[in-house]
Amino acid sequence: MGFMKREERFNIMYKPNNLILRTTTSLISFILLGFAIYLLLAGHNSPGGGFVGGLVTSASIILLYMAYGKNSVDEILPINYRLLIPIGLVIAILTGAGSFLFGVPFLTHTFGTVELPLYGEIELATAMLFDLGVYFTVLGSTITIILSIANDKKIVD
Amino acid sequence: MNNLAILPIIIPLISGAILAFVHSKVSLSRTLAKLFMLINLGVVIYLTLEVINYGTIILETGEWVAPYGIVLVADSLAAVLVLTTNIIAVAAVFYAPHSLTEAKEKHYFYTFFFFIISGVSGAFLTGDLFNLFVFFEVLLIASYALIVLGGEKVQLRESLKYVLINVFSSILFVTAIAFLYGVVGTVNMAQIAERVQEVDQQGILTTIGILLFFVFATKAALFPLYYWLPKSYIVPNPVVSALFAALLTKVGIYSIIRVFSLIFIHRPDLTHEAFIWIAGLSMIFGVIGALATNNIKLIIAYNIIPAIGFIMMGIGFFNESGMSGSIYYLIHDMIIKTALFMLVGIIAYVAGTSDLRKMKGLIHDYPLLGWLLFIAAFVLAGIPPFSGFIGKIQLLKGAFENGEVVIAIIALGTSLLILYSVMKIFIRGFWGERQTNNKLEKKPIFGMVTPVIFLLACSTILGIGAEWFVPTIESISSDLLNPQNYIDSVLKE
Repeated sequence: MGFMKREERFNIMYKPNNLILRTTTSLISFILLGFAIYLLLAGHNSPGGGFVGGLVTSASIILLYMAYGKNSVDEILPINYRLLIPIGLVIAILTGAGSFLFGVPFLTHTFGTVELPLYGEIELATAMLFDLGVYFTVLGSTITIILSIANDKKIVD
Repeated sequence: MNNLAILPIIIPLISGAILAFVHSKVSLSRTLAKLFMLINLGVVIYLTLEVINYGTIILETGEWVAPYGIVLVADSLAAVLVLTTNIIAVAAVFYAPHSLTEAKEKHYFYTFFFFIISGVSGAFLTGDLFNLFVFFEVLLIASYALIVLGGEKVQLRESLKYVLINVFSSILFVTAIAFLYGVVGTVNMAQIAERVQEVDQQGILTTIGILLFFVFATKAALFPLYYWLPKSYIVPNPVVSALFAALLTKVGIYSIIRVFSLIFIHRPDLTHEAFIWIAGLSMIFGVIGALATNNIKLIIAYNIIPAIGFIMMGIGFFNESGMSGSIYYLIHDMIIKTALFMLVGIIAYVAGTSDLRKMKGLIHDYPLLGWLLFIAAFVLAGIPPFSGFIGKIQLLKGAFENGEVVIAIIALGTSLLILYSVMKIFIRGFWGERQTNNKLEKKPIFGMVTPVIFLLACSTILGIGAEWFVPTIESISSDLLNPQNYIDSVLKE
């Protein structure tokens, strides 16, 4: 113990669950991320979608923040979450407005099937693109909200 | 099918998203905001002309046929109101850079500004009661962000009230829609109207109608649900106050016009009769509030309430003159309230205070500002030839056609008091000696005054050119009185 910095000793003394939390997080967080992608892709015709996919992703990222602290997660995931909100909005609106090019009403969707080697036939739908926009918007806004509340003392830029 | 109806909603939405990317570059976002707003205005002018010349435009989004899908209905009322909204927004976007600090502009002012415009246009254009709720939320959430912009203590206090009352009325709104869906099994307004008509609006339906009325009355700040409005409208920046005053309460009153001219029209003895009295009380209490204060911003904020009363009165009469008076007054009031809020914003800026007792003799340094306020007061009170006069004369015609003499007298008395309450700012603030111990420098206000001149010019054209506009307004009101037209154009029967 004597070799540790004061700060680290402080962390260990006051966070007895830290080890358990960190170990489980490194497992659960990646399962959650995989599940979120599954939900996003399943979206338009079975349970799931961009909204819930975005929520699950943000849950997994928040879990990382809780286990490893803000500084280290900021280093491994240097993402400006606030920027994801307008990116998602632009994707979603442009997908909806893409129907203008084909002379059909706003938000009209279409789909087609693509033959992939080894995997077989998969279905691609434009609803998927819209879901992607929703995914980014939800992810960006959820994490922005939670992080701004968590960083209450510091004024965010 | 015509995608034109969605453009006034998605152009501002995408502009807001694009402006979020460049929020830290102030001069770029100013230029882009002005550009996008002018593009949107151009599109909306085109839409309005199409609707007025060739009839209602219906858009069934995603090719889902009404009443199953979500429809947007650009009828002449919606188109005209969207046009008014955009005229105001153009003035506001040119006023904003002079009124806001750069820090506020960097904190996503333009993004939320465009989201409000998008939500308001959506609320006017939607033909679906649930989507009306959705667009209410869009504009409310943007307004929550704008009302706290700056984060002063008083702003936080007042915005808490504002958020609470709006969240509560939104809960009530969704509940009322759920009740209505439970009874008639649809949220498409045309189909609701058809089904309510079939069962002749029996007991429970009238109750739901009144519940919806309470929701909209809270948003529109009618008596006795106006108490949250004046103080929370004066705390944000003048440009934000102007937008709120011009758009948010008016979306509430538009919803009342729509719902009580289309759906709940079969028991006017229970609903419309009560509207007239609520209108009268709103006028009296609103104008008393305006007379009782020396804060110039509060005077104008209280003046919103009698104006809503005037519009409500015409809906209560439910005859052609009353309805066209209401619509005319609604358009007039949206424009003049924006101009007045901008004017008091400038006055408070040059005087360094919004307390009327601490200012005098401003006319020596700012003659143009003084005369603009003078004209604006005349427009507001309805002195001919300005636009308020045309609306009021039609409302009074409506009153006498229905034999409602008492409300007509209240309306006339209120108009005089409104004139006095605004003239008070002119007399006490502008007359008199120049303040000698004035440490304030003469400030350049030209950039702030130009949008006001533009709005007052629109208002004057609306009054002097009444002959051009009255036929359109009258055809809107006769459409509103024949809801079958709306139902047929949406359901195509």
